[in-house]
Parts: sequence; structure tokens; C-alpha cells
Amino acid sequence: MRNGEAAMKVGYFPGCSLHATAREYEESLKAIAPALDLQLEEIRDWACCGATSAHSTNHLLSVALPARTLVLAARQNLDRVFAPCAACYNRLASAQHAIEHDKKVASQVESILGASFGHPIGVLSIAQLLSEMTDRIRSKAIVPLKELKVACYYGCLLVRPPEICRFDDPEAPTSLESIVTAAGAVPVKWDKALECCGGGFSLSRTASVVRLGRSILRSAKDSGAQALIVACPMCHSNLDFRQRAINRSAGDDRPMPVLFISQLVGLSMGLDPVRLGLNRHFVNPQPFLSTISAGRVEHREQA
Amino acid sequence: MSRIGVFICHCGENIGRTVDCAQVAQAMGELPGVVHSVDYKYMCSDPGQALIKQAIKEHNLDGVVVGACSPHMHEKTFRKAAAAAGLNPYLCEMANIREHCSWIHEDRAEATEKAKGLVRFIVEKIKYNRPLSNIFIPVNRRALVIGGGIAGIQAALDIADGGREVILVEKESSIGGHMSQLSETFPTLDCSQCILTPRMVEVAQHPRIKLLAYSEVESVDGYIGNFEVKIRQKARSIDVSKCNGCGECTKNCPNKKIPSEFEQGLGFRTAIYVPFPQAVPNIPVLDRDNCALFKGRAKGVKKQVCGKCATVCGRRAIDFDQQDSFITEKVGAIIVATGYQLYWIGKEQESEILHGYGEYGYGTIPDVIDGLQFERLASASGPTGGKILRPSDGKEPKKIVFLQCIGSRDRAKGMEYCSKICCMYVAKHTMLYHHKVHDGKAIVFYMDIRAGGKGYDEFVRRAIEESHALYLRGRVSSLTRNGDTIRVQGVDTLSGEPVSIDADMVVLATAMRPQPGITSLAQKLSVSYDLHGFLNEAHPKLRPVETNTAGIFVAGACQAPRDIPDSVAMASATASKVLGLFSNEQLEREPLIARVDRQTCTGCFHCERVCPYGAVERFEVKDRKGNLIKVIAEVNQGVCQGCGTCQATCPSKSIELDGFTDEQIFAAVNAL
Repeated sequence: MRNGEAAMKVGYFPGCSLHATAREYEESLKAIAPALDLQLEEIRDWACCGATSAHSTNHLLSVALPARTLVLAARQNLDRVFAPCAACYNRLASAQHAIEHDKKVASQVESILGASFGHPIGVLSIAQLLSEMTDRIRSKAIVPLKELKVACYYGCLLVRPPEICRFDDPEAPTSLESIVTAAGAVPVKWDKALECCGGGFSLSRTASVVRLGRSILRSAKDSGAQALIVACPMCHSNLDFRQRAINRSAGDDRPMPVLFISQLVGLSMGLDPVRLGLNRHFVNPQPFLSTISAGRVEHREQA
Repeated sequence: MSRIGVFICHCGENIGRTVDCAQVAQAMGELPGVVHSVDYKYMCSDPGQALIKQAIKEHNLDGVVVGACSPHMHEKTFRKAAAAAGLNPYLCEMANIREHCSWIHEDRAEATEKAKGLVRFIVEKIKYNRPLSNIFIPVNRRALVIGGGIAGIQAALDIADGGREVILVEKESSIGGHMSQLSETFPTLDCSQCILTPRMVEVAQHPRIKLLAYSEVESVDGYIGNFEVKIRQKARSIDVSKCNGCGECTKNCPNKKIPSEFEQGLGFRTAIYVPFPQAVPNIPVLDRDNCALFKGRAKGVKKQVCGKCATVCGRRAIDFDQQDSFITEKVGAIIVATGYQLYWIGKEQESEILHGYGEYGYGTIPDVIDGLQFERLASASGPTGGKILRPSDGKEPKKIVFLQCIGSRDRAKGMEYCSKICCMYVAKHTMLYHHKVHDGKAIVFYMDIRAGGKGYDEFVRRAIEESHALYLRGRVSSLTRNGDTIRVQGVDTLSGEPVSIDADMVVLATAMRPQPGITSLAQKLSVSYDLHGFLNEAHPKLRPVETNTAGIFVAGACQAPRDIPDSVAMASATASKVLGLFSNEQLEREPLIARVDRQTCTGCFHCERVCPYGAVERFEVKDRKGNLIKVIAEVNQGVCQGCGTCQATCPSKSIELDGFTDEQIFAAVNAL
């Protein structure tokens, strides 16, 4: 199903973070889904994708964990699975790629799981899912975001590696830009859209995360963006939760709100910012929301 | 009954050590039809050959089988010997009991048995051999050279100086090719135009060279010695016979802001233009896509919009209604010297296997230029008069980063080959930059330095030691705009440190690729090409300038990345090949080609479809009154290479390869 057609049903793999640190990501997705005629069918009994821990320690485990989810999705008669988290998306897509292209690994994983693979599953990132629905997003955008300049941030995993993602340009992607344009905002040109945010090193090597985040935020600010748009809970955490430390180290007191792409789409539809979870961010989005007069958020001052 | 002689060679110890040659000879002597069978230490030696000649006469032999080495080694030797004794040379054949037997086996008894089998195989085959005579093909002793760059110029001049006529076809309006764009040349730093333009003038003035500039090869028919080439002469909108190259038209053309191809987009030209002042022929061409008059016509404006050039032309040479014209030339040999183009890093690529450099902004960052653009900046006749200035703001760059291997040696970008010239011209660029901007800093990122060639490595050392270029071994991961500089993020793999440089200008040593349209030209010529479109030579070592199609030769960068010395050497090699071919009025060749049985051929033309050389033609069989009875296949003797594909394909067994007929092969196989 494509633009403008009837309801679209996809399998839904929230992953661990959408039930924890990135609850607002799930809240915003669930808020915009009905308006987009999007039916998210959660995969029953899904498990962790393995994330960095699995693929940095054991290759088979890193394929087996997401492969289990793919088997469950096939049993639920789903053709496509949507993983909002960029890291989950990447693990699921990598597993699907390994199943299709590495017969040896595929048979090993089948014996580990005690199950055989059903039909191939298309794994979707949020960039893929929403860029298929730009017409619907455009037709539902009732709040004019015309003057709003945003920097779209992809990070490492959303469109790469190209042979696994097979979507958008791995070096100069434009899918998030097409989505925010459909929502009525103006994407800026900047050059750190694909830089690493530090990923899972947030706790173990905070200084590195601060250093990387500094260059990303500086570039976004220099390009005139009023907000940073992300599509990954980890990126969000590193750029939002760590932003006070980043700004302190840069001697820069201009806060830069960091929004999930689903939140921006929700704002364009005129949805209540609290329903979109915008009250959960560490960087106060209120000044930003005021510019588009999108209602008030009772912001809890960060600790 | 046949009268066959068998001669078994020991090849010293080569065969004799593993095969009992005397036993083989004795066994062969007992075969029906064999009247004489001997063994000898060295059959290819003079006494060995004498043995064969003598036996032919004494025993009145009608077939000779030599059990020895590979036919590739000595078939010619023995056939010559047989012919000297009055036997048709195609009644002499070899059985390979060395490469196929003694060299690859250890057990003497088994090897001897196998040798008997191999010789018996040929004995049975030769019973069905027919005498054949060589084929003679007339040779049209004129050559066609495609491409007027340095390789084409060299080949044309060499052939013309050797006394033969040459037709030189160039698709641009002037000959000279890429070499005319270069500032200085490595490894001697002599001025490119200074050494090239005299050669261009020589071409134009040579009585035996017919120069067809602004022309392209439309189609090629025929075969070695007898090609028929149709050439499209593109409409210049100028009557060449009237134009004297005064230049009034270009001076008066009002459209002066068209990016010049010759200046690589760094300078401008008019709509009617000569690409550069030393152009040969010095006749302008009208670029109809950019001419106000033609734009007006395309829009349907009734009034003539412009026409200034025609007004000022004293000789009334401008012809707005000129059309492309076609001429046909008959030639005996063709040299392909179409040269190269540079890969560009943009998003849109010509083919699916190529990819651009998103990490370098797909060519959208100002002041990131390629090597040919730098040549134009450094050239005294270039858009900046030889000053190194940034294209964006005309400022002198104080720090230039040169990146080698852009596209080349990168499978991910679709070109896994080395472009060969970049290491050298980047070293040259750093020197030219140092000579012109004394306080400038040149930094080179390289993968490794490939400076094989006379005086080449010394040249690179000079760039490093005398021009103080900083060479960093490593790749650059991204180029981004940073104010009015370019942020270069890379790594120095020798120190193991990431490097970040703010450069005023970046020069990319982009990969060499064959010219656009090379594959369609190659198809017209039936010349094979590789994945990248580079033309294939017949043998990478022993036949480097020939192609698999007889009579067609390759020179220069259309075959692989080449520098000037290589291209010129190749061009001279093709010229000597062509002159050798033209030294005879007729071409003699072996008669081992396909032959059609006109009685049984049904004209299904499966053979025509499978023939890799295009040797099958259509022949109309008519009765005495001239009524068409049927159309059947006929083999062009000049084109057929004797591969046998048609024979294997023919459903009615009407096409056979002389020397390898079904009858011969079946007889041989039955003997095993």
C-alpha cells in the first residue's frame, strides 16, 4: 500500500527503549498513527534485538535474537515490520540480510531457534515508513510550520550500510527532509547529518559523547536550525539528555530542542504536545513550541 | 587405401623419458593405412625434417602424422617440410604427446599407451583430410585512425610518413585531444602545447593525411584489408571551403557566457567558437544548442533572432542550414585511439556500476576541482593566464589538498583499476603550485605512490624534497564546507592519527575512464571491451596493440589508462603493424575456415546469429533466368576465424570447418 490508499498495516517492533527512555517516541507514534491510517500490530512475545552488546560479542547471537522476532512476525502473517529505533531497525534488517544471503548462518540460526524461517520480512525504519506516506502527512498538516527551520539528523544506522538498508543515499540522504517538508517545516543544509553521536558510549565514555555531540549541535546551530530532528532513541538521549554537558563544554548557552520526527509530524497535525510526549525532554521545547503556537507544555526542569 | 607416415619424436628426454617412443612407432606401423613409422631424437631438427621429406618421396606418402609437441610449437615447421617434399601442407598434422602426455604423467607404461591413443587419433583423422590451399585477400592499403588525440596523431603521422594514406577522424572540431589542455607534462615539465601543436600542424599539412574533424564513425562493414567505413561529418554551420579562420564571427557573437569545454568550465566561449587558439583545423563551429538564432528557430520565432556572425563574415562562409553529411571510405586497417574522459564524483552516473562521492558533497562544493581543471588554471593560456586562483572568488589559495585515487582502485565506486597517471600528475601539480605560489602549502593524500617509469620516481622525490609537498598516506573521509574554506577530514595512517585540514582548494585526482560512446563504437567494430568499456587487446603481453578482430588495432587510453609516453609508443606500434600489413598487396591466410554446402543449406541462419565475428553473409541462389530460388548462408573468407561455432549449431549439418569436419572428428573419436 502506498500514498493515498487505504489503511496500512505493518508489524510493530517497539524495542526496549520505546518502553523506557524513549517513551515519548512511542507515545508520538501511537498519536499520529490513526491520523495516517497506519495500523501498528505489535509482534507478540518480541525480544530484545541484541543491540551493540550482541553484535560486538557473538555474531550468531546477534543474528539469532532479531531472527526470532522475524520468525514471530512471519507467524503473525506480517510482510513488513517497522522498527522505530534506528539500532533495532539495523539489527533486524541485518538479520534478514544474513538469512537471505548467508546460507550457513541461516541454517545455524534455524537450529538455535528450533524454528524455520517463513517468508522474507521487509524491515522498515521510520524514515522508510513515513517517506512512503508523505502525501498523507501533507494532507493532514494543518498547523503551518512554514518558518520553522530544522536540521534532520540520521546518525550512523538509519541508511547504512547501503547493501543492507537499500534505501536512500547512504552518503547524502534526503528521506527525513522529504518528510519534514511534507509536514510543512524547512530542512536546513548542514554537514553533520551522518556523524556519529557516540551511541552506546553515553555512560562508559561520556567525554567522547560530549565531544561528538558538540560538533553536531554546533553545526546544526550554525546552519540556522531551530530544532534537531532525530529518528533514534540513542541519538536522542545523547543529544538531549547530554546537551547540558555538551553546551557547558562548548561555552554555548543556546539550547537546541531535539525532537523525534514523529513528534514534528504530530505537531504539524495539531496534536497536543503532551500527547506527543514533548513534556518528557530534557531540553525545554517551550520556546520552540511558542514559535508555532502549538500549546503549552508543563516542563519539568531537568535535574 | 591411405599411405600415411608416422614420425614419433623423443624431444630429447622430454618425451622419451616417459614414453617408449620406439614402441609407439612400432604400434602405429601396424595400423591399417600406415605404410611407414619411425621414431627419432629431435624431429624438428634439420635431420629430423629431412627424414620426413625423404619418407614422403620414398614411400609416396599422402599423409604425415608427427607425434611430438603442441601444434602451437611446430605445426608450421612440419607443414613447411611436407610442402617442400611436394605434399599438401594440410595433409600433415601433429599429435601432441608432450604437453598432453609425457609432461603430465609419470608411469611409463601408461604414458606409452596414452601416446599410442593420441597418435592413433590423428592417424584416423588424417585419413579424411583434404588438400587445402591458402586464401588470398586483396588489401586496400589505406588506414583509418579514429581519434585525434596524441595517440591518433602519432599513429596517423607514422603511417603517412611510411608512405600510406590515412584518414583521421576526430569527433571534436579540433584535433589535439586532452594533451592540448595540459599545462606542463611529467617528468620533464616541458610545455604540453609546445610539443603537441607542431605535430597537429604536421597532420593538417601532410599530403597523405585526410583530416575529418567534427566527424564520427557511423558504421563499419567488411574485414581486414577491406573495411568500408561510413563517416558522419557533423554540420559545423560553416562552409569549410570558404572559411579562412579570420575569427571575425567569434569576436562578434553576442553570446559570450557559455562555459568552455576546453577550459573545463572555468572559462567562457561564444556560441560560434574555436575551442582554443591553436586549433587544427582553425575553423569555428557553431554550437546550435546555445546559438540565439537556433534557439529562436526552435521556439518558432519567424524573424531571424541573430545572425551577427553571418553579417560580419567577409567570405560568406556561415551556413545556418548546413546538414550533417556522410562519406564512405574504403580502408584496409583501422586504429582506434579514442582516449579517455575523467570520472566525476556527482550523484548522477552514466552506468549502474559507478557511484559518486556523497561524502565529498557529490561535486557541489565550490573550489573542489579535478585534475584537468587544475591543468587549465596552471596553463599560461588558461582562463587565469596561468595564475592559480580559486574558481569561486578568484583568491589565491594558500593551502591546497590533493586527493589521489578518487574512484580509482575503489570497488565501491565501480572502478577497481589503477588510473596510472594520477601519482605523477599530482606530483607535477604540487610542483607547479610551488613554482607559482611560493608561500602555498600543498598536501597530498595518497594510498601508495606508483611511479614506475623512466625518471618518474625521481620526479615524485623532487615534489617532496624540493617543492616541499606534504605527502600523507591515508584517505579522506569527508569534504565539507567550512566558511569559505573546505574542511578535509582524513587520516594519516603512518602516524595513525586523524587529520583535519581547512583547505582553500581541493584537487581530486579522478579516475580515467574510456570515452562516452566507446561501447557503441566497439560494437560497430566487433571489438570486445571490459566491464569498464576499455577495449580488449588480443593478448595482454604478446599482442598488446591488436584486437581479436583482424585488421583493427588499439592505441592509447581507450585500451587502459595510459600516460603520454605509453600512448605514443602504442600508437607507433599500431602504425608499424599497419605498415607491415600494407607491405603486401594481398593477404595470405590459412584456409581453416567454415564452408557452406549450398545443396543442403536451408537458410535458417542459426550460423549468422551465433557467429562472433559477423562472418556469415546471405547469398541468393538464382536459376538461369535470374529467378530467386533460395537465400542461403555464405562465409566471408576474410572475416571467418575458424572457431567452429557455426558447425556445432547448424541443424542440417550444412556448414563445416575445413580441416575439422564432422567426418574427421568422428573418425578420430572412434579411434579412441
